Amino acid sequence: MTKALKINKNTEQGVIELLKYLLENNKVKGVFTLKKINKNGDIAYSIITDPNELKDAVPFYPLMPANAGKLLSRFTLKGSTKKPVIAVIKPCELRSFVELIKREQGSLENLFIISSTCGGVYPVKMSVNGALEKNLSEYWDTLKKGGISSDLRSACKGCEEFIPYNADMTVDLIGKNDVDKQCIIFFNTKKGVELIKDMKGEFLEKELDNKKLDKVREKRHIEKKNLFNELETKMNGMDGLIEIFGKCIGCHGCSKVCPICYCKLCGFESSDFEYKPSNYETDFRKRGGIRVPPRTLFYHLGRLDHISISCVACGSCEDVCPVDIPISVIFKKIGESVQKLFDYIPGKNIEEDIPLITFKEEEFAEVEQ
Amino acid sequence: MKKDDEFMPKILAFLCNWCSYAGADLAGTSRIKYPPSIMAVRVMCSSRVDPILVIEAYLSGFDGVLVAGCHPGDCHYQKGNYYTRRRFVMLKKIAEDLGLESGRFRLSWISASEGQKFAKVSTEFTEKIKDIGENSAKSKIFL
Repeated sequence: MTKALKINKNTEQGVIELLKYLLENNKVKGVFTLKKINKNGDIAYSIITDPNELKDAVPFYPLMPANAGKLLSRFTLKGSTKKPVIAVIKPCELRSFVELIKREQGSLENLFIISSTCGGVYPVKMSVNGALEKNLSEYWDTLKKGGISSDLRSACKGCEEFIPYNADMTVDLIGKNDVDKQCIIFFNTKKGVELIKDMKGEFLEKELDNKKLDKVREKRHIEKKNLFNELETKMNGMDGLIEIFGKCIGCHGCSKVCPICYCKLCGFESSDFEYKPSNYETDFRKRGGIRVPPRTLFYHLGRLDHISISCVACGSCEDVCPVDIPISVIFKKIGESVQKLFDYIPGKNIEEDIPLITFKEEEFAEVEQ
Repeated sequence: MKKDDEFMPKILAFLCNWCSYAGADLAGTSRIKYPPSIMAVRVMCSSRVDPILVIEAYLSGFDGVLVAGCHPGDCHYQKGNYYTRRRFVMLKKIAEDLGLESGRFRLSWISASEGQKFAKVSTEFTEKIKDIGENSAKSKIFL
């Protein structure tokens, strides 16, 4: 059984109340959360230090303007903060943050994490100028029933890892009938319990309703299979890949937003990757022509090689793609099958090594020929 | 078909400095015959071979890519080849899932004393690639 806090308010308001308590009582110095930044209703991640500012906070807004794992990594890259900060992020963002910590790109020190069972997010493109507001009531209604809203990111529709790992606090959202009347926050870690030990409120001993969540997982699993099947019809060998990636404009936006693609100096953006006149001439002679910009397929396959082992399928890559290549589904599919080889779930266990920097002496003997 | 017209694959072989490259050398000095399809690249350790080098070779038109290193336990750097093995397993899986011909990639352990084995691996792999046929990426323009 886990210690849980019950607040008789709308879940989002309940969490804001907890955050307000923590700020006002100096338990934390800052709150990292989604916040409305203007009258249009545009949303961005912000760090709030003034309790009054919390009125504009929307911690569970169904949007991921940037992967918070990447943002937190930039926040803690040069050392952890001296003052404690609490962050409200989604499960996949937390998983990508953990993957980045494994790569020494951040730290959990002095950082508290609140996450929730996640109902998915809408593509960023849909949120411009507050356009998402009209979808919100449908989103929350579907979430209550444990369903999958239409128009969500495809990576979210087929996401089976919607329960956070490693979070100090977990907020119960999916499939909770009274999500707009009652807020339940679970305290999973000692650190989390310590933080609210002086707080007055209604505390319970409770667990997440796993039966309910298993049903949600089943629905998502079916959705995932559909996405994969649709992809398989297109992705058959070299011709299929050229068909899919042929329209890539080479903006490298997918790697810019990818939380796992953290290298500051990317080989694909270096001058080594540039085609020289002699390269073009070789291709004229050998192939009889060349696509411009060249080597886009190499870029995508290279990225698959580098990050699929840690891909958390957050879907940010597909969100920013100007030509709608189904990148997130491809990465999710390949990522899952690669991770299965090593029995690895990215971001699950912070102590576990990334499979490519460790090995067992007796394994995969069959691959050598 | 005339003998000259027969398809001779081009195979890029990443050979580790301490074992496989020496093995290839031994095959040469012992005058063991092996097909002229192998183009060797010497690397200090097989774990130097980032999978994207293999992908690049494949996309630029090599019919096959061989990565060869010391036998497990014999690595000059103690454990480099164990990492190679994991990466190679991953690479093959990705290629299979994308529907590419993962048979064009091969990992072999060849020690410095195994000139015979180097010749055997080269011959076998060349025959296999001949069966698979030419790499279609060679003539694709829209890569």
